[in-house]
Amino acid sequence: MIGTLLRQGHLAVWVALAVLILFGTLRYDNFASAYNLSSFLGYNSMFILISVGMCLVIMTGGIDLSVGTVAALASVVAAMLSPLGLAVALPAGMAAGLAAGALNAAMITGLRLPPFMATLATMLAAKGAALWLADNRTVPVDWTSDFTALGMNKVADLLPWTILVALVAVVIAWVVVDRTPLGRTILAIGGNAEAAHLMGLKTRRAEVFVYLFSGACAGLAGVFLASGYGAGQPLEGAGWELAAIAAVVVGGTLLTGGMGSVTATVAGALLFGLVFNLLNFENGRGTISLSANWQSVIRGAFLLIVILLQARLARPVPKT
Amino acid sequence: MPDALLQMTGITKSFGGVPALADGTLSILPGEVHAIVGQNGAGKSTLITILTGVYRRDGGTVRWQGREVDLRSPREAQAAGIATIYQELTLVPQRTVIENIVLGYEPKTRLGMTDWRAAEARTRAVLGRFGIDIDPHRPLGSYPTAIQQLVAIGRAAAMEAKLLIMDEPTSSLDEREVQVLFGVIRQLKAQGTSILYVSHFLDEIFELCDGVTTLRDGRTVGAARIADLSRLDLIAAMLGRSAEDIRSVGMTELSGQSRAEGGAVVLEASGIATGRRLRKLDLTLRAGEIVGLAGLLGSGRTEAARAIFGMDRLTAGTVRLADQPAAITSPRAAIAAGMAFLSEDRKTEGIIPDLSVCENLTLALLPRLARMGIVDQKRERRIVEGFIAALGIKAAHMDQPIRQLSGGNQQKVLLGRWLAIEPRLLILDEPTRGVDVGAKREIQAIIKAKVKEGCAVLLISSEFEELIEGAHDIVVMQEGRSVTRLSNPGVTEDRLIHAMAAGAPA
Repeated sequence: MIGTLLRQGHLAVWVALAVLILFGTLRYDNFASAYNLSSFLGYNSMFILISVGMCLVIMTGGIDLSVGTVAALASVVAAMLSPLGLAVALPAGMAAGLAAGALNAAMITGLRLPPFMATLATMLAAKGAALWLADNRTVPVDWTSDFTALGMNKVADLLPWTILVALVAVVIAWVVVDRTPLGRTILAIGGNAEAAHLMGLKTRRAEVFVYLFSGACAGLAGVFLASGYGAGQPLEGAGWELAAIAAVVVGGTLLTGGMGSVTATVAGALLFGLVFNLLNFENGRGTISLSANWQSVIRGAFLLIVILLQARLARPVPKT
Repeated sequence: MPDALLQMTGITKSFGGVPALADGTLSILPGEVHAIVGQNGAGKSTLITILTGVYRRDGGTVRWQGREVDLRSPREAQAAGIATIYQELTLVPQRTVIENIVLGYEPKTRLGMTDWRAAEARTRAVLGRFGIDIDPHRPLGSYPTAIQQLVAIGRAAAMEAKLLIMDEPTSSLDEREVQVLFGVIRQLKAQGTSILYVSHFLDEIFELCDGVTTLRDGRTVGAARIADLSRLDLIAAMLGRSAEDIRSVGMTELSGQSRAEGGAVVLEASGIATGRRLRKLDLTLRAGEIVGLAGLLGSGRTEAARAIFGMDRLTAGTVRLADQPAAITSPRAAIAAGMAFLSEDRKTEGIIPDLSVCENLTLALLPRLARMGIVDQKRERRIVEGFIAALGIKAAHMDQPIRQLSGGNQQKVLLGRWLAIEPRLLILDEPTRGVDVGAKREIQAIIKAKVKEGCAVLLISSEFEELIEGAHDIVVMQEGRSVTRLSNPGVTEDRLIHAMAAGAPA
């Protein structure tokens, strides 16, 4: 198991995660508390979702820059429909994400636009659509409906519903990549698109799938946002796409595609969340006071360290 | 005998305790073209990467122009006068020819700026010397590979290299381009530059080289003048077998087959065309039969294979597959109909580099391995295990990324990929190109066994031996048309060449 992780270069992120958890547990009294675990998972479920969607896209050698603004758009859509209840608002938010994903897929597989350009266009369009729908304001949700239950309720007072839903997406992604012909096709496209086509693989279908999946994940993350924070937020989500890309990369997935790991991507997402969490605790001790700006710098440093570690651990076997 | 330009003696190198080179010796004279041959894994690459300063040797001595040296980096090697033209070109395609020629060695004006006038003059001088007539102001990438390669050589010449290392320089060139390249090499040689030439093509080595060093299992096992060797001697030395032994069983593992009489017709192509490169091909293929497709480069052999496999749309003619009424219009349909196509270009059309041996091998089989959309991994691993054993694939384990395997082993995995779908028609486009002699024989043996089971094989090969010994019938192509069909036994190299050149059996 460890040998396999080592060879695939995924070990670094798990090691870093374990070290940080150990550090936090030893240093801060309330770190290992149920309350902290619960709020940590709740906050990071959105992030895990979009990272997993991004992971599948990157495996094909593509990129999805639209996830952040699509999540914002979905949060607005869900908030506006919140009086009708979760049963309407959640599918509607996801549908907004799927629509954006379909647009990406059409531009990329139909018009053969480079994913970077296509999703950049969608990113801008989704932002505009979100602001237009929300009339440039945050959209408060209807607190009397059951809409906020998703983002605020917990199972057994510990596990937020959102993390359970995110986990379902993770399991779906993992099963697809590790167990299905579709997943092999995704990796094959990233590795060698020409060969994949020659092998009779359904390459187009796989590409459409990853952008739809990523869109749906972003839409769902937007629903979490509105439900958990009580408002549809058209300006939220800026920079989420980069955070997701960072989580994917830290998880050992190559930006060129062709290889990668869903579980390590989740670990990467958790790692970034954990750095943030630990800094909050450190601030709480009063010994230092780091602003949010510094936290970003420290996250950047972490990205660098983990990637360096990865490069060392996964050094290729020299050919004779 | 003049003093050697380069003398490497007793070089050793291990990677993680595994010896890659146990006793590498290489001696190159000034102004000679020297070949280095050996199977993959014999230590050729290791010896060369030590020479170019990429790896450090563990032991042994390197004497360069009579002095003992220690080349610690590619830059030091270049400064000493050792230049390398890599298999994958390492120039900058977006920049102009001039920039590429002088990159890193730009002539300077008095103010320390690049002197573009001098750079252009230098470029024109080099291009002129080789008789290459191109516009040096255009981006390098706008020229074909062959020209880019010549520019790379020109760059080395402009740097006044004394030894030029060429790693498989002809692998992506056509016949005419190869001759231009050879002309340039001969000219460099006449000017006193030495060339270290690495190639799997023995014909080239006999045509071009003066001396040859043979490596086997990390040791130099022979160094000789080409004039003193026969082809057979060289192959025998690479394989570590006696020449008599090889002569008695034939040059390829395909020899000595008997034709399965009365096999059912599997494929019938009549008058197919896809455009300028494939104008009119007629071809019948029966079960248990190997039909060779012969022709010069550009005669439409690969295009014929692509058309049959549904990769290119037919503009005329029909392809009929037994029990298959519908036309084949995509690779997926071809595979479903029981066809397999091992394409010529392993790198761009074959391997998925980061996927494992196992995943690469089952790629075409995937639809059949899935149950309710989930890959049956137990069955998958069992199948792969079987192929690794049957094909003698050398990999650390089946989860190793395929890019880490040698060319010959990669090719076996790709062959396994197609055999796994149990095709009734196997199209092989240059199945043994670029693989070492040992793997070549193994691949040929696998093909032979498959034909015995009743598979029909369409074999495209530039190697006459493979076609003459292997194919029951040979369809000869010329300028996109099938011109004649030769039947074995009775096909000789002379007859084949004559048919390819003249279009009539001799």
